[in-house]
Amino acid sequence: MNQATRSTANSLREHASIVLNNETAGNCQESAGSSSKRNDPAVSRPFQAVSFCNQLMPASSRSRRSLAMAAILVSLATPTLEAQDGKAVYTKWCSGCHGDTGAGDGVGAKTMLPHPRDFTKAVYKIRTTASGEIPTDDDLRHVIEVGMPGTGMPEWKSRLSAGEIGAVVQYIKTFSPNSFKGAAAKAIAIGKAPGGDGVTEGKAVFQKLECYKCHGVAGRADGKSAPTLKDDYGNPIRPADLTENWKFRGGNAVSDIYTRLRTGLDGTPMPSFQDAVDNKLITDEQLWRVAQYVHSLSPEKTPEAREVVRAALAQALPKAPEDAAWGNVERFWIPLVGQIIDKPRWFAPTVDGLWVQALHDGRSLALRVSWDDPSKSPDPIWDEWLGRMSKTLTDVDGPLATQQGPDRLVVQWAQNPSDESKRPYFLGGDSRSPVYAWRWSSEPKVEEGTEAGLGKFTALPNAQVTQNARYADGQWQVVFTRPLTSSDTTKIPRLTSGHAIPFAFYAADGSSGEDEVRGAVSTWYAVYLDVPTPTRVFVAPIAMVALSAGLGMLLVTRAQRRDDGRGETTEDGSSHREER
Amino acid sequence: MRRMMLGAAAVAFGVWGCGGKGSDNAGAGGTSSAGAVAQSGGGGAGPTGSASVSGVIHFTGAAPSNPKIDMSQEAACKGKYTTPPVEPQFVVNDGKLGNVFVYVKSGLPNGATYTAPATPVEIDQTGCLYHPRVFGVMTNQDIVIKNNDAVLHNIKAVPATNRGFNISQPSAGMTSTRKFTSPEVMVPLECNVHGWMHAWVGVLPHPFYATADSTGSFSIKNLPPGTYTIEAWHEKLGTQQATVTVGAGEAKTQDFTFSGPKA
Repeated sequence: MNQATRSTANSLREHASIVLNNETAGNCQESAGSSSKRNDPAVSRPFQAVSFCNQLMPASSRSRRSLAMAAILVSLATPTLEAQDGKAVYTKWCSGCHGDTGAGDGVGAKTMLPHPRDFTKAVYKIRTTASGEIPTDDDLRHVIEVGMPGTGMPEWKSRLSAGEIGAVVQYIKTFSPNSFKGAAAKAIAIGKAPGGDGVTEGKAVFQKLECYKCHGVAGRADGKSAPTLKDDYGNPIRPADLTENWKFRGGNAVSDIYTRLRTGLDGTPMPSFQDAVDNKLITDEQLWRVAQYVHSLSPEKTPEAREVVRAALAQALPKAPEDAAWGNVERFWIPLVGQIIDKPRWFAPTVDGLWVQALHDGRSLALRVSWDDPSKSPDPIWDEWLGRMSKTLTDVDGPLATQQGPDRLVVQWAQNPSDESKRPYFLGGDSRSPVYAWRWSSEPKVEEGTEAGLGKFTALPNAQVTQNARYADGQWQVVFTRPLTSSDTTKIPRLTSGHAIPFAFYAADGSSGEDEVRGAVSTWYAVYLDVPTPTRVFVAPIAMVALSAGLGMLLVTRAQRRDDGRGETTEDGSSHREER
Repeated sequence: MRRMMLGAAAVAFGVWGCGGKGSDNAGAGGTSSAGAVAQSGGGGAGPTGSASVSGVIHFTGAAPSNPKIDMSQEAACKGKYTTPPVEPQFVVNDGKLGNVFVYVKSGLPNGATYTAPATPVEIDQTGCLYHPRVFGVMTNQDIVIKNNDAVLHNIKAVPATNRGFNISQPSAGMTSTRKFTSPEVMVPLECNVHGWMHAWVGVLPHPFYATADSTGSFSIKNLPPGTYTIEAWHEKLGTQQATVTVGAGEAKTQDFTFSGPKA
């Protein structure tokens, strides 16, 4: 195990012990340790939030953990558990975040955004009941089973038995006895999605209902009202980014989205559209169309992180971020998580992933990095939001900045890409093994330099990297271009084709109080530059064809000459010459 | 009757608020006629009488300025104003304070129950503000929520003890009806599309409440004789209480005085 991966493992361990209780942390440590032995998990899905710790773990470790958990489950599972049995399960697994009294004030709560649910109010986002009503038992059970994507709430189906989950459901209801003392809530009837292509009509209804006021014209959570939004407790809250539906709290199936439109998300600004149907402003079918349209805004398949970004060879490199040529370049999803290792730590990152595209022309590399950020920081309309952020995320390693900074992106590289054993620490390197970095901010500008730890940046003279940035509809697109070679080969890596060159990313949203340390990080990925085809590859086949043709012609000609000389009789007695 | 008075108060406030005709800006609740409400009580009607507690809400000090609203994103609302709209947090006229909710906090006979009137209370969304801004309802009394703006509003109730709701009203002419089942003073209403839109509703199990109008006047009528704790509530200035004893048919005056927030 090299130094960098060891540090990662240590960091994960530290992180785990911060977020989870001892037993969970133990589990996490084990997996983190084993994951660090693997440098190249082929496919990791860190954004499927099972827990913070799991976010940084490759899938294979999780499945190993699941096996271990299944073993534990067998010993724990007992049928017909009631509320009093639920208390033990709750205390063990839930109270760390949701608090002993269910008020959503566990030790881990303060750092999380969104905060853990406060059960004393019995106000729940994900329900099948009408706006303002209590959820059904099945609603509560479902959320515990599958978790809430995009939040700190993991799935519990792989850890707890059905009986235990049922008991916890009964127990959390006791935190708000008045709310649950009456008749059980009734689920609304959900029909079936209408057939046919509803996207065009759905878009029109989306406009009519003014969903863009919060969710933005392109659905990236950047609507005009977005900076003002708060939940029932005054905490800042973002509208869903409709282009990343794998983070939808209640699931991303069309029927899930439709259900949220009917019921609203209680405790949040998201209202129910039931009354719009009741008032015949829209039909129920049109509400389904909206759900279909919203569903269509995200990729058909939830993106999976791939270890290696391919930089194909191009004749010319598109410099402008909006250049249509980028539309034909394969894009790679790089998930990011909050920087929770170096202090000040940051548990509520705005940017949760980047789309990276790469091309090279044998002389330069062009990277287009695109990421969703609802604010082009700094922007005065987000001042109030920053105020709410500082108020909500108190006591996390000191106060937030009172002024908005710029948005930031750092692309860091191993200084010596060919030496696998010396890959620097993934968090901006360290003093012994710095990284080479492109430090971009939304002025916009980019600097080239070395980093010896997060934010410890030293600019290099004669910067060769250039940037070209565009902000539109809640998304940054930045094209970086740099020559493949450099005169300073000790500090600046040579970008050699045919090799996987390690790089990693850091992103920060200035209007949420993020800076050079509070932000979102990735682990090491790599870019692979396609090997240019040598000229001889093109010349040789043509030469071979010409040669074969020439030789063939020669043979034919010579054979014909011989024929002319003596003739040749076939079996049926005719001669070739006569036929010709 | 009640609705007419609410409307009259709203118009009066509009003139005060921004001087524009029909652009009722402040949207204070009127002096509710508690008596009218109590009349329609059903079988569970508690005692009523003909005593009353009336008064004026005084305001001392300089009236704080109300926050200006940037309505540039909502042309349909902005067009309803001739002067820049403000959020009417402080309705102060000649040293009198409006939009103060005054109600009987305690003193009614134990076990007295009152049935909600069949007439609903209306709240309008006009010019991206609520009208009225402060009002009372009885438990289980219908509240009719209207959107008179050709824009998307959501109306969200964020109660402490009642169940809330959050309804989307994406079009002018939409109405929704909701009610609260438990007494609660006050339940905040808000629109999340327009962060400046706030209203407060006092939910009471009896009809003895009123909202001070733009002249700071209020009147709680049809009280049975007794000794009552009367509370006056203001959205920014908090609450004040007074104890008032009324005999049968007696009309008592009880003023309250709020002073501006300390700078």
